[in-house]
Amino acid sequence: MSLAPETRWSRLFNFWQDYKQSPVALAALIIIVSVVLMAIFAPLIAPQDPYNQETLDLFDARLTPGETGSGGYVHWLGTDAAGRDVFSAILFGLRTSLIVGVLAGTFALLLGGVVGLMAAYYGGRIEAVIMRIIDLQLSLPAILLALVLVAMLGQGLPQLVTALTLAQYAYFARTTHGAASAERSKDYIEAALSTPLPARQVLFRHLLPNALPPLIVVATVQVANSIALEATLSFLGLGLPLTQPSLGSLISNGFQFLLSGRYWISIYPGIALMLTVVAINLVGDQVRYVLNPRRSR
Amino acid sequence: MSEPVLRVKDLRTEFAVRAGIVKAVDGVTFEVGRGRILGLVGESGSGKSVTGYSILGLIELPGRIAGGEVLLNGVDLTKLKGEQIRRVRGAQIAMVFQDPMMTLNPVLKVSTQMIAAVRAHDNVSRKVARSRARDALATVGIPSPEERLDAYPHQLSGGMRQRVAIAIALLHKPAVIIADEPTTALDVSIQGQILAEVRRLADETGTAFVWVTHDLAVVSSLADDICVMYAGRVVETGAAADVIASPRHPYTAGLLASVPAEHEPGERLPQVPGSAPSLANLPPGCAFAPRCFKAGPACNTTPPVQHFEDGRTALCHYPIEPDSCQPLSSTSTTYQNAS
Amino acid sequence: MIGFFIQRILQALLVIIAMSVIVFVGVYAIGNPIDVMIDPASDQALREALIQRYGFDRPLIEQYFIFMGNMLRGDLGESFIYRLPVIGLIFSRMPATLELAVSAMLIATLLGIPLGLWAGYKPDAISSKFIMGLSVLGFSVPTFWVGLLLIMAFAVELGWLPSGGRGPVTDFLGMKLSIGSMEGLSYIILPAFNLALFKLGLLIRLTRSGTVEVMSSDYVRFARAQGLSERKVVGLHVLKNISIPIVTVFGLELGSTLAFAVVTETVFNWPGMGKLIIDSITVLDRPVMVAYLILVVFLFVLINLVVDLIYGQLDPRIRVRAAS
Repeated sequence: MSLAPETRWSRLFNFWQDYKQSPVALAALIIIVSVVLMAIFAPLIAPQDPYNQETLDLFDARLTPGETGSGGYVHWLGTDAAGRDVFSAILFGLRTSLIVGVLAGTFALLLGGVVGLMAAYYGGRIEAVIMRIIDLQLSLPAILLALVLVAMLGQGLPQLVTALTLAQYAYFARTTHGAASAERSKDYIEAALSTPLPARQVLFRHLLPNALPPLIVVATVQVANSIALEATLSFLGLGLPLTQPSLGSLISNGFQFLLSGRYWISIYPGIALMLTVVAINLVGDQVRYVLNPRRSR
Repeated sequence: MSEPVLRVKDLRTEFAVRAGIVKAVDGVTFEVGRGRILGLVGESGSGKSVTGYSILGLIELPGRIAGGEVLLNGVDLTKLKGEQIRRVRGAQIAMVFQDPMMTLNPVLKVSTQMIAAVRAHDNVSRKVARSRARDALATVGIPSPEERLDAYPHQLSGGMRQRVAIAIALLHKPAVIIADEPTTALDVSIQGQILAEVRRLADETGTAFVWVTHDLAVVSSLADDICVMYAGRVVETGAAADVIASPRHPYTAGLLASVPAEHEPGERLPQVPGSAPSLANLPPGCAFAPRCFKAGPACNTTPPVQHFEDGRTALCHYPIEPDSCQPLSSTSTTYQNAS
Repeated sequence: MIGFFIQRILQALLVIIAMSVIVFVGVYAIGNPIDVMIDPASDQALREALIQRYGFDRPLIEQYFIFMGNMLRGDLGESFIYRLPVIGLIFSRMPATLELAVSAMLIATLLGIPLGLWAGYKPDAISSKFIMGLSVLGFSVPTFWVGLLLIMAFAVELGWLPSGGRGPVTDFLGMKLSIGSMEGLSYIILPAFNLALFKLGLLIRLTRSGTVEVMSSDYVRFARAQGLSERKVVGLHVLKNISIPIVTVFGLELGSTLAFAVVTETVFNWPGMGKLIIDSITVLDRPVMVAYLILVVFLFVLINLVVDLIYGQLDPRIRVRAAS
């Protein structure tokens, strides 16, 4: 039943051949890879550990980009009110943002995938009830749900990831359900179900693989949405505290200085955020385009 | 035959695709007289529909008209631009499409679409436009036209929708109507009714029809003249009765042999062997040669247009001789053996 | 048709009741509101008295029924912080939010539909690619960040527009609105545009894909064969066909615009409901949170219902199905 390895590789190769047709999507992929690498190696790249209070010096507060601080190195992107190097803060902020985004995206994928598969597999009343709830949740904007959930759960990384997961799993549930139930109605599934094969084998061998391509697309977009949503919550003061900074809290931290012309404290983290989110969306767009079976030419 | 209203001369339409230039219409020439019906016959991909679109200037990129003339009452339509050609379309020459499910906008009432069509050319009030629309519906034999006007397309049957489309084409009493397989999607009984209606309209209003179809049975009962296309070229022309009685081009003979009505039930239908060639990759010389039972050494070169008595033509090196006592049945035998 | 209508209304009621339970229980779980209301150092008797007064000592389910009973009478409780009836508090902030949301939707529609039409009508033009690029930015870049950029560009650098606040308001039908005066207008431009961006991106995409589909349809070809001008083809066929998804999205997005106003109002310090809810969450002003959320859910359900019914009017195919 499973594909021979070379076909799988050649499919991957074909996918890549199609993907790289778009220079914009290629550039976006390069941006994502560099952003991820920078986040992973942040402690090695950053000139300063921005959250170790001992390395901070108030004499270095609000240096403009390009000035050299008391540490003897150039603050290419300036410093904030506490004397933090903005570049270092961005690297560490990226880490938090990516962790939150990827964790929330993955958990939402797992939760939504299971819920959607269950609905498609059991059918009948269970399916009706589950999908009714999913539809209801989808009709409410994610930001509102996330706001309520954060208000209920309180601040902190685990709470935030939980809130984002619960606010977004419904997209995955609907996508999985749509793909899987289309497959569920086909004769060969009925045939497989009538054999003594265990039910989970049908679920994982047949229903899941068919739901996978659309799920991948939704997942890329939802990771970007999680990152944006987390940044928004942090900006509103409901996300992560500044002791555990994400890009959102950095921007929020610099917002009060924006009007006095010290733009760099929030603008540079904002650019990092924008690049990341837009790049992920562009990659998602291209993946959707390449995976679309109705694609012309 | 009266002075032709539509003369198509050496029309060429090309599509620039990845594989290169596709000559979908390659030097097509024919003419239609007032009140006459020309059957433009060919398989799918023979270029007959593209010919129809080219006449109205409805070819969109990557396609373009590469040469030739389309003379409508002496005016070359291929030379007209933008607003000029728009004034001709629908007013002097109209078109009806194959699938009546798709040619009417599902979210607009019949009246809305017909009134827009009237007012595209005549600056009249909605009320006048509506009454003209009603008259047009009555002309094509639609019962209680006033009620049909307020219907949405999905509330009408397929045959009824195609009548509406024909009524829209008739609104401005055009000199010519191009009909692109308009009965193919319909039941045979409905098809018969519509064909009879069209014949009557051509006779009564003097509108000329170019009836694009793959179905020789339709043409034999409807058309005055026939123009057979293969791979973008006209391979045979002549009066419908003559061509059907004794085809000159082997391809026409093959098509005729495969019409079910010519055979006993249960008998195996002969067919033209092979399949239509890809237009992007045509053989040199005669495009039909690889499938032809009469193909000879000269077929590697472009065949000449041969002229016969009664104004008939065939694009062939070795046309079938009418006096060779080769009745249809023997032609079909030839094909049967070949397949 | 009437059966369909009643069924939809019952569904809507069920949704509101379910959401009110979830919101009430969920919000109840946050901290102890008494700690917020009074000085921690104050004596136990005062504490007890307040708990008694607000009914915090009763079981949760009883509190819920008391709350629902009060709500049906139009009493949503009293703010812990402002010591004012919540309903009045929210309604006093509502015109500002509605004004902002409606302005944003107008901007998004008036720009988004023409841009989307153009991008769909000439899909290969450079200008169309540019428009599509903008739309990607519009709905992937977080709203608050664009808001910051707008403030920086138009308020700080250029100094053309105010950086926040609402400015002077004029009275219109008992509501205080900004758009009544030029100065008031200058305050609403940036936040409204900011709030519009996401919807703008969405509408451009939606309009474009609808236009591309309709333009390649047989009925557009047929319309052209009838000699309809391009303007008429677009105005009659394209607009009517894309109006169906657009009305749906417009309706649904009006609701989410109210929710997204939370962000824009915070960035631009706009004194609307969104600002109120954020402030209430940070100080745990429970009655305001519950009332706001239930009100938004109610608005949402109402809008969904209206959209469903309009949808049926626009698409004759749906109307037939609903009738049969």
